[in-house]
Amino acid sequence: MSTLAHVISAVVAGVVQVGVVCVGGPLLLGLMRKVRSRLEGRTGAPVHQPLLDLRKLFAKQRVSPEQSSWIFPAGPVVLVATAVAVAAISPLATTHPPLGQSSDFFAIVFVLLLGSVFIALGALDTGAPFGGMGSSRAMTIGALAEPALLVAILAMSIPAHTSNLPALVRLGLVHPAVLVSPTRILALGSFLVVILAESGRLPVDNPNTHLELTMIHEAMVLEYAGPDLGLTILGESMRLMLLLGLLVNLLIPWGVANRPGALLFGVGIVVLAAKVAVAGAAIAVFEVFTAKLRLFRLPELLAGGFILAVLGVVTAVVSR
Amino acid sequence: MSVTLTLTAIFGLAAAIAGGALPRGSRVGGAVALTWGACASALVGAVSVLHGGHPLALHSSQIIPFTGVTMVLNPLGAVFIIATAVVAVASTLYWIGYASHGLSTRTASAALPLFVTSMLLVPAAGGVSTFLLLWELMALSSLVLVLSEQSRREEARSAAQWYAAMTHSGAAAILFALVLLSAHAGGQTFADIASHAHHLSAPVRAAAFLLAVVGFGSKAGAVPFHVWLPKAHAEAPGPASALMSGAMVNLGIYGIVLVGNELLGGGPVWWWLVVVALGIVSALFGALYAATSSDLKRLLAYSTADNMGLVLIAVGVSGLFAATGHQTTASLAMVAALLLMVNHAVFKGALFLAAGSVQIATGTRDLDQLGGLMRRMPVTGAVFLVGALSVSALPPFNGFVGEWLLFQSLLHGLAATNTAVVIALAIGVAALALTGGLTVAAFVKATGIGFLGRPRSSEAVAAHEVPTTMRLGSVVLGSLCVVLGLVPMVVLPSLERAARSVLRAAPSASVDGWVTLHLTGLRGVLAPVLLFAGLVGTALVVAMLRRASHRPSHAWSALRRTEPWVSGRELQTARMQYTATSFAEPLQRVFDDVIRPSRDLDVSHATESRYYIERVAYRISSDDIIERVFYRPLIRTMRRWGQQARSLQNGSVHRYLAYGLVALVVILVVIA
Repeated sequence: MSTLAHVISAVVAGVVQVGVVCVGGPLLLGLMRKVRSRLEGRTGAPVHQPLLDLRKLFAKQRVSPEQSSWIFPAGPVVLVATAVAVAAISPLATTHPPLGQSSDFFAIVFVLLLGSVFIALGALDTGAPFGGMGSSRAMTIGALAEPALLVAILAMSIPAHTSNLPALVRLGLVHPAVLVSPTRILALGSFLVVILAESGRLPVDNPNTHLELTMIHEAMVLEYAGPDLGLTILGESMRLMLLLGLLVNLLIPWGVANRPGALLFGVGIVVLAAKVAVAGAAIAVFEVFTAKLRLFRLPELLAGGFILAVLGVVTAVVSR
Repeated sequence: MSVTLTLTAIFGLAAAIAGGALPRGSRVGGAVALTWGACASALVGAVSVLHGGHPLALHSSQIIPFTGVTMVLNPLGAVFIIATAVVAVASTLYWIGYASHGLSTRTASAALPLFVTSMLLVPAAGGVSTFLLLWELMALSSLVLVLSEQSRREEARSAAQWYAAMTHSGAAAILFALVLLSAHAGGQTFADIASHAHHLSAPVRAAAFLLAVVGFGSKAGAVPFHVWLPKAHAEAPGPASALMSGAMVNLGIYGIVLVGNELLGGGPVWWWLVVVALGIVSALFGALYAATSSDLKRLLAYSTADNMGLVLIAVGVSGLFAATGHQTTASLAMVAALLLMVNHAVFKGALFLAAGSVQIATGTRDLDQLGGLMRRMPVTGAVFLVGALSVSALPPFNGFVGEWLLFQSLLHGLAATNTAVVIALAIGVAALALTGGLTVAAFVKATGIGFLGRPRSSEAVAAHEVPTTMRLGSVVLGSLCVVLGLVPMVVLPSLERAARSVLRAAPSASVDGWVTLHLTGLRGVLAPVLLFAGLVGTALVVAMLRRASHRPSHAWSALRRTEPWVSGRELQTARMQYTATSFAEPLQRVFDDVIRPSRDLDVSHATESRYYIERVAYRISSDDIIERVFYRPLIRTMRRWGQQARSLQNGSVHRYLAYGLVALVVILVVIA
């Protein structure tokens, strides 16, 4: 295949991935709510309810606090833009995404962090007590989750001699022995803890809470309304889908297209959707049986994640 | 081209004389113009060294008796000169507008150009005496600048005392290190020392290196020698604090690389483990105190200690790799160190200039009194935001590329065989990651509490944007943060040349590519420009979609402004917002055992019943724990000794003559 065809197929793959994550994120949210409802003995809203919510929200009026600056409306836009950029270049359905060469794991994490920072700044820009409260808590958790995340990435990168994300997924496809290596398992365990913390799931944060004083993420986005709220929900659900997608692809890479080609890519999309749905449902089941941890117990959880990651590095260096 | 060094000195002296002699109206303008001349000639010299590859050398036996003046500018020094010159041009531009706020006295106007000139020339010093002379000039002129606002603030005096004591203890350590080396090498130029370094005995080399690490480390703000830094950098007026934090601390790093790599030609593994450990402690300690500090400039100063810690980690890691024979990763880590240093100079310069503007506009540095400045000072606010995102290492701003390079060098360096090295690296990565998280929290706090939300005091309500030159000065550095983040190749080839000359490595590009950044020989690629284009493009599309989603048929406008939700409460005040102290409270509690803040809770009950509380006062102060645990007792002990020593001097001439006699006898006994 010529270079041009390569570029075009990569770009198409990127666009499709973005589309899948844009639609899949809200659906994942709906699925998790549905699973939760059924386990609690309720019927629950249909799985596509978040999409309907988004349609409704986007038709509404935007409301902004009186004293806020341009940061407040910029927050949701940056959140969605970072999620879209990461969705385009991540190895979700194929190991040949556009700019796959530069799809570095560290870079992707820091791009997603940019979105979190803008939401935290937007929360402080409301001039209301709850925004600051959420922002302070989210930044505390973020500061403690980052060591676990970066060390986990390092642990996974040592056997592959690179932190390039498609290469990490490809390594699992080519050498399945890597997948059961203690390094990969410990690092992914740590990654899971970080995902729960960063996407505000139980036991770190309760996404369904209505009590302002217990909120973390919800407190930050309390002032967003209409399209801004829609973008925030979209962005957050896309991030959840992205992080879960990366987790499952690093855990069980089969199904991800390792060669260019429409059919393989299509299979990749379907398999990705199935894997993420299973992972999301598993988290939802876990959430039913878990209570929210106190804020000051969270360092212990995150330190646990960090220790898993450090053990991952140790095993990687020992078995080098 | 060696004439550029002479020109720098001449321009600098002329600027200092102009600052000291011209009448008030033209004083600052003249000094700034001549300082720019010094910066320009130093830049020309530095760029010619980096592109021509030949060091500039200059020797004059006239100026200093016995030793003369020796200047040698090699690629490493050139990199530091360029960083200094860029920060200096922006800061002096800023000074033009700042001058009317108390920085136009003769003393200050003479000291600032001298400070800049000495910093421009220190990396070009080619001999021990020249180096020490310029180093002292730098310390003294900056000391004068720290004192320049003492009439308005009492704390400036104490800050200057701390600075003077620490910088001179540091200078003493440096003096011992360099004199030790030159005594054993039998010559006082750096070339003599470097050529004899391999004949020195191991203890001498180690002693010189450790002394240099202590002395230069204190200049770089390495913990535990950092105590002066949060005081002096916070009390120095705007442009001076930008110069101290953006340019002066770098020279501490320069000194360590100069002695460790250039003069001694590298050393055993344990030397570099010491440097890495110092870096880890500085990074963590600085980040933690930055995250919990509520004074804007103190926060920035602690963040400087944090960033210098990262540079020290990179320098140490580079030394480790070189000592274990991994040249490629060693040179990558050195490039990362230099890039981190250059990036820090740019973003910390921008942040300190913006903080200076805030201080001018509101009269306070206390974050708990600020807020709402983004709407009142849009340019300053934007520069601070860019600086904050850069220091948080977020792409596409410049801090990210440096940290990424450091991560890559650590990742590839784990191939090193030495177990001690591997453990050091693993701890290094963990420290780096925790530091990163704390830094993000610190700067979300600084930006969010300082510039966003509602103003928390009448001064913040009345704030308005600063004069044009001040805005321009900070914008210059702010835009450089973006440029260096997008196209790091602007500086990377020069940094590599410097790293190669330091490590005496074979010429092979380790980082390459203008659009996508490749690591040659290692697998690692980054595409900052494309990433940025993608982010901006998507953001624009999303923003346009948000605008388009509004149904035009409705009667209401697209955006309504209203009071935020406070659980239904009608009356809302700015005091209901989170403050910097409350923002940092969770982190402070998590790290309570490290910071050990002193808390004071005072509850007064109503006289009628204990169940009614009349007033609650809560005070928390987190002064530097190292200062409290180590320096304060040290000062107390020294003061006690001083008191006791006073009894030796009772004014009696007979007694003093007896002392002289005893001393003479002792000396004779010792010699015999």
